[in-house]
Amino acid sequence: MAKPKIAIYWCASCGGCEEAVVDLAEDILNVVDAVDIILWPVALDFKYKDIEAMPDKSIAVTFINGAIRTEEQEHIAKLLRQKSNLVIAFGACAHLGGIPGLANVANRKEIFETAYKLTPTTTNLKGVYPQTVTDTPYGKLTLPEFYDTVKSLDQTIDVDYYLPGCAPPPDLIMKGVTAILEGNLPPKGAVLTSEKALCETCQRNKTKPEKMLIKDIKRIHEVIADPEKCFLAEGIICLGPATRGGCGERCINANMACRGCFGPTKEVVDMGAKFLSSLASIIDAEKEEDIERITSAIVDPVGLFYMYALPTSILRRKQGV
Amino acid sequence: MFREIKIDPITRLEGHGKIEIFLDDKGDVAHACLQIPELRGYERFAVGRLAEEMPRITETICGVCPTAHHFASTKALDALYGVEPTPVAKKIREFIYNTFMFEDHNLHFYFLGGPDFIVGPDAPAGQRNVLGVIGKVGLEIGKKVIDIRKRARSIIQTLGGRVVHPVNGLPGGVSKGITKENQAEWQKIATDAVEFAKFTLQAFDSIVLKNKAYVDLILGDVYKHRTYYMGLVDDKNKVNFYDGWVRVVDPDGKEFTKFEAQDYLNHIGEAVESWTYIKFPYLKDVGWKGFVDGKDSGVYRAAPLARLNVSDGMATPLAQENYERFYSTLGGKPVHNTLATHWARVIEAMQAAEKMVELINDPEITGPNIRSIDFKVPKIGIGVIEAPRGTLYHHYETDEKGRLTKANLIVATVNNSAAINMSIEKAARGLIKGGVVNDGLLNMIEMAFRAYDPCFACATHNMPGQIPIEINIHNSDGKIIRTIKN
Repeated sequence: MAKPKIAIYWCASCGGCEEAVVDLAEDILNVVDAVDIILWPVALDFKYKDIEAMPDKSIAVTFINGAIRTEEQEHIAKLLRQKSNLVIAFGACAHLGGIPGLANVANRKEIFETAYKLTPTTTNLKGVYPQTVTDTPYGKLTLPEFYDTVKSLDQTIDVDYYLPGCAPPPDLIMKGVTAILEGNLPPKGAVLTSEKALCETCQRNKTKPEKMLIKDIKRIHEVIADPEKCFLAEGIICLGPATRGGCGERCINANMACRGCFGPTKEVVDMGAKFLSSLASIIDAEKEEDIERITSAIVDPVGLFYMYALPTSILRRKQGV
Repeated sequence: MFREIKIDPITRLEGHGKIEIFLDDKGDVAHACLQIPELRGYERFAVGRLAEEMPRITETICGVCPTAHHFASTKALDALYGVEPTPVAKKIREFIYNTFMFEDHNLHFYFLGGPDFIVGPDAPAGQRNVLGVIGKVGLEIGKKVIDIRKRARSIIQTLGGRVVHPVNGLPGGVSKGITKENQAEWQKIATDAVEFAKFTLQAFDSIVLKNKAYVDLILGDVYKHRTYYMGLVDDKNKVNFYDGWVRVVDPDGKEFTKFEAQDYLNHIGEAVESWTYIKFPYLKDVGWKGFVDGKDSGVYRAAPLARLNVSDGMATPLAQENYERFYSTLGGKPVHNTLATHWARVIEAMQAAEKMVELINDPEITGPNIRSIDFKVPKIGIGVIEAPRGTLYHHYETDEKGRLTKANLIVATVNNSAAINMSIEKAARGLIKGGVVNDGLLNMIEMAFRAYDPCFACATHNMPGQIPIEINIHNSDGKIIRTIKN
C-alpha cells in the first residue's frame, strides 16, 4: 500500500511550530517512516505548480500553522484545501489567530504608519511605504498585498481538526498524528486535546477554596506568586477556567498564570466573554464602588482575555479605511 | 532592457523571502535584492497592552529565538519599573540565556550553515544537510548533536515552562527558582556542553581550517564587506550575550562609539524602502548612504562575527584561546569576511557552554530570592540583549498604569538586512558574467545568507534540510529560458 501523502505548510507564523515538530526528536523518525511528505517548504524542495498539478484530495493530510495575513497565504491555503483530504490547523495562530492576531486592534494603515513613520528609530522623511508594485530602473518589484485583517485558518478555508497550543506540545502532536494515521478520529471539527478546562487537571486546583471569592485583582508582576496556590484564588488573572486543558500545565509549572493558548473549551463561543463571566462570579463585592475598584484593575481586557484569540472572538474588529 | 532572475522562495524571515536579480544588456548584474514579503505590526498592536505581558507577546515574533525576545523584553521591564533584578534572578536569567545561545548556535552549525563546510561547498545540494553531516562525522556524533540539543532545551523547558515561548521573565526577576536537584542534574549537562563545544571546535579545525581551499573561500573577496560592527561588551570589553554596553567599531576596528541601551535612539536610525517590508538600520552619526560598505556608509553588521570584532576578547578561557587563534589565522582585527561568521559562532558556543558551567556551579544560584517588586512609576523602559543573530532592542513607553503607549523594536536579523542584500548582490556579480550564469550561483547565494543565519533559518533547523531555492532566468520578453534549483 502506498504511504499516505502529507503536506506541512506555514502562513503568518514565527517558526515555533516547526521547532515543536523538531522537538519530537527521535519520535519524528517513526512518523517520517510511515508517511510520504510531499510538501514541507522548510525542509524539502517543492514547486507550487507541482501541487497545482496534483489531483484533488490526493494529499491525505495537510498541517497548516500560522494565521492568514497576505494574499499569498490565502491562495496557498485554498489550494491545499482543494488537494487535501484532511486539513489540520496546527498551533494557536492557525487555530485562533494567535498573538499576531492582536493586530486586529488596528488596521493596515495604522500598522504601516507605526512601522514606517512613527517608530522613533525610523527616518523616513519622504514618507515611503512598502508598495505591492515598485518600478525600479531595472524592472518591477512586487510584494504580496498585506491584508487589513488577521484571520484564523478556518475563517479562510474549511478545517477538519485543530492541534492547539503556542506551540503545541510534542506529546499532543504525536497523539494527534497517530490518531490520524490510524484513522481513529473524533467527529470533524474536534480540537485534538482534552475536552476539559485546564483547571480540572491543574495541580493547584486542590488549593482552591470551596467557594472562591476575591476582593482584589492583582497583576502578575505586582506580587510574588505562591508556587502552590491557585492564581485566581489569590486574585491573579488566570485563564484556566475558560481554557482547554491538555497542555501539561506548562506555564503553571513555571509559576505563571494561563493566558489561554489552547483556546476556549468546547461549546464556548467567545473566550473572553466566558472568562469574564467566570470572573464576575467570584468577585466578592456588593457595593458599586467596590465593583468599580476591583474591575478597574483590569486595565487591558482585550489583550489579557483574547491574547491568543482575538480574530476568532465575537468582538467587532477595527476596519480599514 | 534588463533581464530578471528570480529566486523564490528562499524560505522565511517572518514568512518567505525572495531574491530578484536583474541583468543588463551585456548580461551582467545590474541590480540584486532580497525582498521580505511580510510584516506583522507588533509595534502597533503592543500599544494598549500591559507591560508585564510583553515578554510573552513579543517573543512570538520568532519561534526560533523566543528566549532572546523574552529576556530583551524582561530587561526592558526592569528599566521601565526602575527595578534591579535580585542577584539570584540575574544568575538564573543568564544561565537560561547561555543555555539557549549554546543550543541555538550548535543547531545552526550542524543543521544549517555548517553543512556547507563539513560536507563541502561543492557537494551536491542533496547532501548539504544534516544527514550529509552525519555521513561525514559519523552517526554517533549525529546522535550526540540531537542528544545535547534535547538536554539543553530541557533546562529551558523546566525553568521557562514552554521551550518554544518561555514565560518566566518578570520585572525584577523570574517566576521560578532552581532547586538543588536541578542544579546537580544541570551541572552534568553544562559539563557535557563544554565537551561538546570542544568537539565542535576540533571538527571545525580538522574539516575546515586544515583544508586550504576552505580557508581561501573564507578569506576570498566574494563575501567581504568593510562595515561597522555592533555588539554588547562587559566592563572589560569582553563579549557578553546577556548584558553590557553596546560597542560599535569602525571598518578599521577602532572604537567608534560605546553607549548604554537607554541611549540607542541617538545612534541608530532605520531607512525604509518601498520594495520590501523590512527596514534597514544604520548608524545615525554616519548616515544612510544606501547599500554600500566603507567608512562613509552607516551600514553596520551584528551577530557572531560582529561580536568578536567589537570586543577585546572572550569572557571565558577556552573561548579566549580560540578567539586569539581566530584573529591570528585570519590576519588580525577586524575580520570582514562574512563566512568567518561560522567560526565565530562555534567560538561563541564555547563561551556559552563555559558560562553555563560557571553559573550553575555558583552556590547562590539555588537561592530563594528570585524577585524584587520594589517598583517605581513606569514611564520608559529599554532593554537590549545579544540574540544569536544580533543586537536586539526592545523599547516600551507606558502610562502610569503600565499600559503601553509606544513600542519600538529592532529585531536581531534586521540589523543585518542591508548587509545581506549587499552580500547577495556581490555574490551575484561575481558569478554572472556576460549572460553566463555559473552553476555555483545558487550555492553561493545560499551561503551568503546562511552565514548570517537570518532566521530564514528557522527553516532548516531540523530534518534533512536545505533551503529551497529556485532561480528562474527570464529573457527580455519575460520568458523563462533556464531554471536552476536545488
